[in-house]
Amino acid sequence: MQVSVDRDRCCSSGMCVMNAPDIFEQDDQDSLVRLRQTEFEPAQFAVLRLAADLCPGGAISVTEEDAVEAAPAKDAG
Amino acid sequence: MTSTPTTQAVPMPAPRAVGCPFSPPPAYTEAAATAALTRASLPDGESCWLATGYAEVRAILSDRRFSADARHPAFPMLVANRRELIIENPSFIRLDDPEHARQRRMVTGDFLVKRVEAMRPDIQQIVDEALDRMTDGRTEADLVAEFALPVPSLVICLLLGVPYEDRDRFQGLSRTLLSKHGSAEEVRAAFDELSEYLGGLVADKREQPGDDILSRLAVRDDLTPDDIASTGVLLLVAGHETTANMISLSTALLLEQPEQIALLADPATLPGAVEELLRHLTIVDTGLPRVALEDVELGGTVIKAGEGVIALLSTANQDENLFGGADRRPADELDLGRDARRHMAFGFGVHQCLGQPLARAELQIALATLFRRLPGLRLAATPDKLEFRSETLIYGMRSLPVTW
Ligand code: HEM
Ligand code: SF4
Repeated sequence: MQVSVDRDRCCSSGMCVMNAPDIFEQDDQDSLVRLRQTEFEPAQFAVLRLAADLCPGGAISVTEEDAVEAAPAKDAG
Repeated sequence: MTSTPTTQAVPMPAPRAVGCPFSPPPAYTEAAATAALTRASLPDGESCWLATGYAEVRAILSDRRFSADARHPAFPMLVANRRELIIENPSFIRLDDPEHARQRRMVTGDFLVKRVEAMRPDIQQIVDEALDRMTDGRTEADLVAEFALPVPSLVICLLLGVPYEDRDRFQGLSRTLLSKHGSAEEVRAAFDELSEYLGGLVADKREQPGDDILSRLAVRDDLTPDDIASTGVLLLVAGHETTANMISLSTALLLEQPEQIALLADPATLPGAVEELLRHLTIVDTGLPRVALEDVELGGTVIKAGEGVIALLSTANQDENLFGGADRRPADELDLGRDARRHMAFGFGVHQCLGQPLARAELQIALATLFRRLPGLRLAATPDKLEFRSETLIYGMRSLPVTW
């Protein structure tokens, strides 16, 4: 799974940090989102989908790499 | 396909049903059961669209073609006589990007998750001291006056750099600003007094800055005094009335269903329990107003450019598909074991509540500590005597007599 953040769309809600503190952080200087990791384990996929789905600014995108991982983001729990 | 709903427009804001103080007004839930997008009639005689479904509310709030700028002539007004006042002094909650983002970003640093986490010991101390005062030599108190309101007021005073001794002044003025019934003159006078008060503090802080938000705003050269005043008023008002009402309503509701209180005692289940309280109570119960800047198609209906819409959070937060489930209570009931993380009690989109990490920390600490320290807490009035606050734009309680 590939994850990217569009810092221009981030409104510093903190939702991603609350839902996945190991993966996302807020920058000290500009308060915008940063990724703490670039490689992800399958065990993290569900929370990544949730974080992308619940980002109020639409700043987080997850790209599923193959059919095994592909589940619609909305069904992630 | 464009279709105009045939159902009657829902009069906004609608009253709650007698005897059901914790449930949304029946007019809203009935409208939601009929259509995810319907019509509302407003107090000034205008009408607009009303979105009641989760998908529609979320789509509206996250789409920049829907504006939050109240200066648009078709912006729906939930209170009849407020347009002029809001137009003259818009804070960033009623502005669009890029100006909204410019002003919001000046304060986002103070509400970072890690900043709020670092404040937890201060919040815990404020909560403990409020409980010490409330219980000192007494067995009965008004939880609103002695706990629910002082805790968030003290916290926001600390953050902003506002002296808590002035609370009688700013708490009363805040309530007037949020009132649905005050005359335009009263509300304008309250706004002027509050911004004058904060302006005075800002002037002092420009000379002698402290470690607080108003000081940080005071020394910036890219903000006008009006910007600082409107941001200060927004943070002060949004920062204490909301959390105060969540604390009192949550307490009253949990005292009716005491078997659920145990989930607040376990640090593992406490955050999820607070999300469920936020979802179930959805205190911003009149919904969020927006106006379409372009034609937008929503589930087969076209909302035309220049038409207003109200995104109703309370009904969206009761979506059975998202929040129900075989092992859970129905979505219109409280179930502290539910996964409520998808709720929109803090809104959605770029205006999503800036203070949400703070509100969560305050609610978690206040509710967990209250029930831990006062295990015998119970109502000191019969449930039918409780006074709820429906005259303000944020639902809440006027008083909550308790004993322990
Ligand atoms: C449980 C408590 C709270 C609830 C339910 C709540 C709810 C909301 C909602 C629904 C919005 C979105 C308004 C819109 O989109 O039109 C909002 C915005 C906002 N809230 Fe809160 N809030 C709470 C606590 C707080 C606290 C403690 C603060 C602290 C200062 C705060 C500050 C703000 C600000 C500044 C905005 C405007 C954000 C923007 O427009 O970018 N809120 N809140
Ligand atoms: S959830 Fe989205 S908007 Fe909020 S901090 Fe994370 S990236 Fe930014």
